[in-house]
Amino acid sequence: MTTLLLSLPVALPLLAALLAVAAARQAAGLAMATGFLVLGLSVWLAFEVAALGPITIALGGWEAPLGIVLRADGLGAGFLVVSAMVMAVVLVAAQPSFEDQGQESRAGFAFWPLALLLFAGLNTAFLSRDLFNLFVALELLTLSAIALVAIGGKADAVTAALRYMVFALLGSVLFLLGAALAYAAHATLDIGLLSQVEPGWPMAAALALMTMGLAIKTALFPFHAWLPPAHAGAPAPASAMLSALVPKASFVILLRLWFDLAPELASPLLLAVLGGLGAVAVIHGSLLAIGQDRLKLIIAYSTVAQLGYLFLVFPLAGGAGAAQPWSAGAWTAASFHAFAHMLAKASMFLAAGLFLRAVGHDRLEGLRGLARAMPIACFAFGLSAISLMGLPLSGGFTAKYLLLTSAFASGQWGWGLVLVAGGLLAAIYLFRPLNLMFSKEGAAASLTPVPRWEQVLPLLLALAAVLLGLFSAGPFAFLQIGRPGAAAEGLLP
Amino acid sequence: MTAVLPVLILATSLVPALLIFWLPERAWRARAWLNLGGAAVKILLVVFLMVEVANGVTHEARLDLAPGLYLLLRVDALTLLFVSLSAFLWLMTTIYAIAYLGEGPNLSRFFGFFSLCVAATTGLALAGTLITFFIFFELLTLTTWPLVVHKENAKSVKAGRLYLAYSLPGSAALLVAIIWLESATGPVIFAEPGDLRVLSDASLMAIFALFALGVGVKAALFPLHGWLPEAMAAPAPVSALLHAVAVVKAGAFGIVRLIYDVYGIALTAELGVGLPLALLAAFTILWGSLRALQQTEVKKRLAFSTVSQVSYIVLGAALAGPYAVIGGLVHLVHQGLMKITLFFCAGLYDERAGITRIDQLDGIGRRMPLTSICFTIGAMGMIGIPPVAGFVSKFYLGLGGLQAGEPWVVGVLAASALLNAGYFLPMLYRIWFGVASVDAPAADERSPGMLVPAVATAAASLAAGLFAGAAISPLAWASLIAAGYLP
Amino acid sequence: MIPSATLFGLAGAALVGIGLYGFLAHAHLLRRLLSFNVLGSGVFLMFGAAAWRSPILGADAVPHALIITGIVVKLAGSALAIALLVQLARATRRAALPEDEGRPP
Repeated sequence: MTTLLLSLPVALPLLAALLAVAAARQAAGLAMATGFLVLGLSVWLAFEVAALGPITIALGGWEAPLGIVLRADGLGAGFLVVSAMVMAVVLVAAQPSFEDQGQESRAGFAFWPLALLLFAGLNTAFLSRDLFNLFVALELLTLSAIALVAIGGKADAVTAALRYMVFALLGSVLFLLGAALAYAAHATLDIGLLSQVEPGWPMAAALALMTMGLAIKTALFPFHAWLPPAHAGAPAPASAMLSALVPKASFVILLRLWFDLAPELASPLLLAVLGGLGAVAVIHGSLLAIGQDRLKLIIAYSTVAQLGYLFLVFPLAGGAGAAQPWSAGAWTAASFHAFAHMLAKASMFLAAGLFLRAVGHDRLEGLRGLARAMPIACFAFGLSAISLMGLPLSGGFTAKYLLLTSAFASGQWGWGLVLVAGGLLAAIYLFRPLNLMFSKEGAAASLTPVPRWEQVLPLLLALAAVLLGLFSAGPFAFLQIGRPGAAAEGLLP
Repeated sequence: MTAVLPVLILATSLVPALLIFWLPERAWRARAWLNLGGAAVKILLVVFLMVEVANGVTHEARLDLAPGLYLLLRVDALTLLFVSLSAFLWLMTTIYAIAYLGEGPNLSRFFGFFSLCVAATTGLALAGTLITFFIFFELLTLTTWPLVVHKENAKSVKAGRLYLAYSLPGSAALLVAIIWLESATGPVIFAEPGDLRVLSDASLMAIFALFALGVGVKAALFPLHGWLPEAMAAPAPVSALLHAVAVVKAGAFGIVRLIYDVYGIALTAELGVGLPLALLAAFTILWGSLRALQQTEVKKRLAFSTVSQVSYIVLGAALAGPYAVIGGLVHLVHQGLMKITLFFCAGLYDERAGITRIDQLDGIGRRMPLTSICFTIGAMGMIGIPPVAGFVSKFYLGLGGLQAGEPWVVGVLAASALLNAGYFLPMLYRIWFGVASVDAPAADERSPGMLVPAVATAAASLAAGLFAGAAISPLAWASLIAAGYLP
Repeated sequence: MIPSATLFGLAGAALVGIGLYGFLAHAHLLRRLLSFNVLGSGVFLMFGAAAWRSPILGADAVPHALIITGIVVKLAGSALAIALLVQLARATRRAALPEDEGRPP
């Protein structure tokens, strides 16, 4: 049974993608059904993991190093559940824009298989323990993401997709080079087996290459230039997937590389560089977001900043003082931050898509007075904003609290100040749209009406982001299942 | 049973809020019943809890968020002082707001956030740990912003922007202070604060300053008060709530918690951080009064009066002597009752007679006698004329200053009383002895929904002064609290 | 004499270098894509060379399987890139990213 539970989240979307090409008329329904089915399976899997501990299976009975191993621990299963949640809602929200209404449209035909392929790549990245398998997952994910960016077919979108492609190709080849090096040195690609060998310089070089590749894919500063135009240029449901889900896959792999595979290779310099780039991303991304005049660009630059927080986990992990009754605070906080960002950012892009449909453009001016016309979507936007700013009670707050405590307890104040400044900057760039929604003077008179049920979808995700903060004890404990030792002790001895 | 009551008391405003959001605009009756029902149940619960606390029963509810991070709701005497005030004034303000807003737009949104705001205030009062306090403090900021911008016009949107521009950096400072402290001592529980001495004196002083800065924004301490007069752009019931119960009181309450439940009187005195805070409060008292003198609009004058009056609470808390504590705590209640009366009346003047400027008040006393009597009671209380409640607080504060060896406090109080007289008496003179100009618009008091709350709170401010010696007066309760803190 | 595996490895490294240079130096996207394919081939060559164990054990089969998979993935990526590039050229008559305009092709 567990074999099926682990392999179906990977296999089902792949199968559905093929079927969606074959039966284009039924693609939308098929995709939505797959979304909910995988969500159900992931929740089931999470309960199994909570009951039994980490579950490992060898596909087809071939054990590592020859076969491919899938493993669901707290981290992997947690990401699986949250991303399936986002995916299920986003697929439902995409239905009005992409459902095949009789006439042949390329976007309507391509969207569903691409979304399903992206889903499959994502789930593989969360569950796989094999470097080459992870490479394939990342490629599947990235290529479908790029195709989704270009799906509108406008020149701007195609340019953004090609820029994304240039970065992504470089990132994937660096990752592959690292994997090849690791194999050359230790004749295995399994993270579990690699973590048991004594790492030498080939491993260090391999890790450096893979880290660089993954940092490019996660759009870490200074490799972030591709992200905002790509995420802002795609249709809203695609943006939600791209911004909320895609960068998290490469980040999870990065976590596994450093915390599982070879924590002993970490050096103070490496931690300072990764944390420093993250900090610069937080400040730089936020400042750029403040300067934007289009809602979707603000949200996209916000992603650059929010991804920056994730990298603070490297210097802060293990930074809990004697006064704290918990361990692995910062390491868990990174996952919490990722979860909260996934939910809130998807909600925000979906809401932005509805605003765009109602107003006809996404310049900030158009938001004027929308609080009255579209109260539910505006409320969802506001709730997501609370989580992104890290205000209580939200998943973002729990993450920020844990990171801040680690920073102060370990005397690394600088990172703490970055967190606080990031929150305030987020308040500034998110306040502009919110403020306009609440000022009715000069509001556009004619709006395209948006059905209520569509406005409820972003609200569901935003509520989930808030509830994650209110009930964080369960997810916190869940993430500890099968966590690596370095998560609690930090990367430096 | 013990864990249920704190949650229940929070739910009395939280549940109506969440239900009201989903009501259609036209469901006036359902909205009113939900609001009033919640407020009434809350008052009953508060009365029950008062008996419980007086008998020494502890009520505590806890929700774990992460290991070491949890919400703790706990009922103590100080909690009840604040909760009872907010419960009574919430009921009054709700009745007033229903009449004031009538059938205006976006009422479900308004009353939803209104109840949420009260829920946040209640949670703040119930908070048993620093981080719980912070969480509700932030929720209060977030839930009041939609109320401030409710009218959706340029002025209120600007006021909302200013409010957040002050509040959010303030709460960032507060969060840093809390985490700095907790990263060294572990979670700080108000009932049993850990040993803060693990931190150096300099760190403790810096944390104290950051904390005072964070809550000082809400308490409108000079120079962090700039948002408060602008927030007058909100509808009158919101101003009443902001000034008397919710926001500024949350700040003052935070200062009380900081000095008495986190640092403790002994450590505060040892670090010598009380006196600078007292001096700042004294300066704010005088400065607020001076600014109030210069205002020509009724609501603006009342707003600066709030800046001044709330600092009495901070002053009392910072002096930390027995009488000063009592004076400060009891002023938390007294100022609330008197200020809300004044704002109710200001709203009545505006709605029923179109009066917003002070020079329009001429002769309104004869046309709106009940409103004007209430206004007079509130104003006299602010000046400190017996037997209105304000006199009692000022008397205790003065005694407290002498007791703490800071005789200048008496001077500040006297000066402030003069200044208060300076800006309230001309208003009263105009109201009662001025002659209305011939082209003054028609005025009447035919709005029982607005008048009854004003009369009730005016009567309460009078009663709190007249029966200050009674066993269940705010003064008696404040004395009970003070007795718990003093060695 | 240098063992042939080492020779393959060195050749692969050289291809990676050449490909990387072309990928970063050019502005024309088709050239960049071709350079990327050279780069990828270099990686596969190195991977293949790493499979060599000893004259007795011969070569490890796993990298060979992986290389084939990798080629398929790369093919898919290149196809998508070319499709996008053609679309870009049709829409804008350009074959470089806007920020690279003016650089040598």
